[in-house]
Amino acid sequence: MAAADDLNVFREEARQWLNDNFPSSLANQRPPGIAGFGAKLSGDWKAWQERLGEKGWSTPTWPAEYGGGGLTPEQAGVLAKTMREIGAISPIGGFGTMMWGPTLLDVGTEEQKQRYLPDIIRGNLHWCQGYSEPGAGSDLANLQSFAEDKGDHFLLNGSKVWTSGALEADWMYGVFRTDKSNKYQGISFLTLDMKSAGVEVKPIVLISGQSPFNEVFFTDVVVPKENLIGEKNLGWDIGKRLLLHERQSIAGSSGDDDVVGGSYDIEQVAKDYIGMDGDKLADGAMRERIAEQKMFAHAYALTGRRFSDEAAVSGPSAAVGILKVAWAKDNQNREEMLIEMLGNRGLGWEGDGFKESEIKTVRTWLRSKANSIEGGTTEINLNLVAKRVLGLKGY
Amino acid sequence: MAVLTEEQSMLKDQAHAWARDESPVTSFRQLRNSAAEKGYEDNTWAQVATMGWTGILIPEALGGSGMDYATFGVVLEETGRQLVASPLLASGLVGASALLLGNNEALSQQWLPRIADGSAIVTLAVDEGPHHAPDQVAVTATRSGEGFKLDGSKVFVLEGGSADAFVVAARTSGTAGEQAGITLFLVPSDTAGISVSTLKTADSRGYADLGFNGVEIGADAVLGEVDGGFTLLDALLDRARAGLAAEMLGTACEAFDRTLEYLKTREQFGQVIGSFQSLGHRAATLFMDMEFARSCIEAALRAIDAEDPEAPILCSLAKCKAGEFLHDMSNDMIQMHGGIGMTDEFDAGFYLKRARATEATFGGQSFHRRRYISHFGI
Repeated sequence: MAAADDLNVFREEARQWLNDNFPSSLANQRPPGIAGFGAKLSGDWKAWQERLGEKGWSTPTWPAEYGGGGLTPEQAGVLAKTMREIGAISPIGGFGTMMWGPTLLDVGTEEQKQRYLPDIIRGNLHWCQGYSEPGAGSDLANLQSFAEDKGDHFLLNGSKVWTSGALEADWMYGVFRTDKSNKYQGISFLTLDMKSAGVEVKPIVLISGQSPFNEVFFTDVVVPKENLIGEKNLGWDIGKRLLLHERQSIAGSSGDDDVVGGSYDIEQVAKDYIGMDGDKLADGAMRERIAEQKMFAHAYALTGRRFSDEAAVSGPSAAVGILKVAWAKDNQNREEMLIEMLGNRGLGWEGDGFKESEIKTVRTWLRSKANSIEGGTTEINLNLVAKRVLGLKGY
Repeated sequence: MAVLTEEQSMLKDQAHAWARDESPVTSFRQLRNSAAEKGYEDNTWAQVATMGWTGILIPEALGGSGMDYATFGVVLEETGRQLVASPLLASGLVGASALLLGNNEALSQQWLPRIADGSAIVTLAVDEGPHHAPDQVAVTATRSGEGFKLDGSKVFVLEGGSADAFVVAARTSGTAGEQAGITLFLVPSDTAGISVSTLKTADSRGYADLGFNGVEIGADAVLGEVDGGFTLLDALLDRARAGLAAEMLGTACEAFDRTLEYLKTREQFGQVIGSFQSLGHRAATLFMDMEFARSCIEAALRAIDAEDPEAPILCSLAKCKAGEFLHDMSNDMIQMHGGIGMTDEFDAGFYLKRARATEATFGGQSFHRRRYISHFGI
């Protein structure tokens, strides 16, 4: 009972603080972009970013000593619920809060935590992730970008690909080869300033017509030794740990339609574009498919919440790999159904002949095809679950 | 798995050990071979009652232990693993729930202590056709003197051949298809005018069809409100669905565990077959389905305990996801075992047959998809 009372006290505290600090003009509004992922906010959004970051509630459970909220998982749950109730969405996020920060908390030195975490929490610095390379996709450890040890610094040459947000990013963390003779034990985890001489970013245009990804080229880039996280040549484990946090963060965000910018709710599209026959959708077959889609999404959200609860007790587990698989399946299935329901209205590309929402649905549908490739392909995730969770051999 | 309470952990361990040692699938095989009409062994049922599982939901004052549905689910999952045949779900969960929700003090005093100690079996008689359709109740309950007279028939009543009383959904007004006009009655099975025909089913468990021919019952047999029984029936069915889903999860988890073990030991082409991606990926996908089903079932049971208004949606979700996973898992158990999976000597067939029986009970996947989506205005 005492614990429940404490939570009630905290609920009041959270309500009061949000009442005082959350600009009511932003209620139920999506942020125009994510601070920490390329967006420079202004006006009320900027004020909200600053207050939330100052309070540390952008990262509610991170230690207060680095500027985090210092909340228990239960309190963080109460905060999230309270924010949902008043339609308050955090504009601070991106790689820093989702993956890099949690990894740093696990493996960083005190000095490194003090150096990087406060800016992540406030959304001041935008991070990108240097992982994939032309010859290192699913076989990530085959990466060749070489950071040669020059005594007081590393000299970096090579390239990264599929780097989200690299154009806007201030900094990159990533995995780089420091020993060419050893595949797994020759990788180091480094950070680097994207303004360093010799860093060049080229956007990649996707089938959706958008360019969320980039190529990044390194030519004799000087990376200071202090930017090494963990030990030299032992960065592979850190890199893998970060991917676990990535999958866990997908688990934590489950149920939110904005993960890939899902356009609008499926029932409304069904009503608008298919129509009703009495109290039921006119297309009975589509009605049952919508049910299946929504039930899968519901089960996914419940599993994400359960895994998050369990991770709070025992740390991220390899089982979250299934959530990445499910997330991709759910998104892609939903986007395909939306396009199908729109009919010929779901074939627009640009111009006045189509509504903005229709064109956005087309772009989002095309973008969703990457969901089963990015962050570890569905096939690689199934391999990982087969190996690490089920204990099968040969993966 | 959700973090368990100390009480739940103890019950889980107890149920796991008992089912493994005292009522494993080999016991079910003996039962099946004996072709016992009843669909369970008296000795098994006596042990289930002795351990107090029949009284999990029943208040201490009436001989039970007053625990919740989430706790019951923990036990049912373990008995489901070994295909334990007993009226535990039909009577201990469904029958007891009917009385606990039915707001009839005299009937509760009379029957709940007997359900708790296993001396009486009380089961629900709802469906009348090949598919679960609770609003299609057509059995009539016409006013007769101070009470009612029941006419019509019920089908596929769980443990119908051994029940001491039936909770009968009957129509006091309106016509089949309407939710209004349904009333629940508690009717002792030895009441004059009831005929019981036991069924021989693929899953070798106890079911019966019932005939009601001018069955006279008193006004004191009513559970809940006359004409307003659908709400009670729906709440009762949701408890039945969530409980059965927990049992189905156990059945499917055991099928998964046994199949995974086979993938790790069976060798072909000089390597274990689990090393082939086509099988490893299927196993990983089934693992996902298993985790998803578990999340839904635990959420549904907790929602019932918390009297959450979302409980009906979650119960349909839980029953559907349990059904989908058990359906696929029982098929893949056979496919991944190859020829041995097709033999009667191997247990896979038992899991497959039980799977389909439980899928159909209290609404199959299609029923629950329709029930779920109707909550969203389309």
